Amino acid sequence: MPNTYVLISSNVLTTAAASITFSAIPSTYTDLVVRWTGRGTTSGNYTITFNGTGGTSYSHIRMTGSGSAAASGQASSTSFIQYVLSLEDTSYTANTFDSNEIYVPGYATSNDKPTGGTGTQENNAALSYMNVTAGLFRSASAITSLTIGAQSGNMVADSSFYLYGIKNS
Amino acid sequence: MTTAIEVNCETGEVIERPLTADEIADREADAQAAATKAEQDAADAATKAQAKDALLAKLGITADEAALLLG
Repeated sequence: MPNTYVLISSNVLTTAAASITFSAIPSTYTDLVVRWTGRGTTSGNYTITFNGTGGTSYSHIRMTGSGSAAASGQASSTSFIQYVLSLEDTSYTANTFDSNEIYVPGYATSNDKPTGGTGTQENNAALSYMNVTAGLFRSASAITSLTIGAQSGNMVADSSFYLYGIKNS
Repeated sequence: MTTAIEVNCETGEVIERPLTADEIADREADAQAAATKAEQDAADAATKAQAKDALLAKLGITADEAALLLG
């Protein structure tokens, strides 16, 4: 069986950080996946950007639920893809971390790059958010770097990030 | 000091650096925009709730009765 799911790189934060960037991503795969668990100093959103690009290169549509209420929204021409209310903070149950994934098919092509993913908070209480987000990165360039950031505050130590490459053979 | 982590996938090198002035400004602008949107969303929700209450009062029915009509 071909080795189609390969760990490219990983990092576990040893200190709080506002963002983490995987750079020099090889173009030898067909798709990328990032799985990460995090916890923030401020509850809120993750932001995801590629190639250090901001401006108006992104769009996203999302659904968010808290267990008692649901909402959806979209944003166009933004400076990042946003994972709304996926980042839990220190008021959540101690030593719990949110769980997230983003899938980026065709990351090395010259087409715009669609993404899909989920984020789920963990809390031993009634309130805990989850979201599903579809994003788009408008760029003809291959993705060579990927940044995950806390929109406000920092991600705490022990937040962990794993970048995988998917091959089709 | 707020930091950013950079992991080079080719070399495995990990760099920890302070955010640049531009990155700090972007984050502050994003936070302000998010706060503004939250305030606008709350205002929109309040306006909608007021309009709903006004319509129910005009019709002389309760919210439960309106739900029955629409169900």
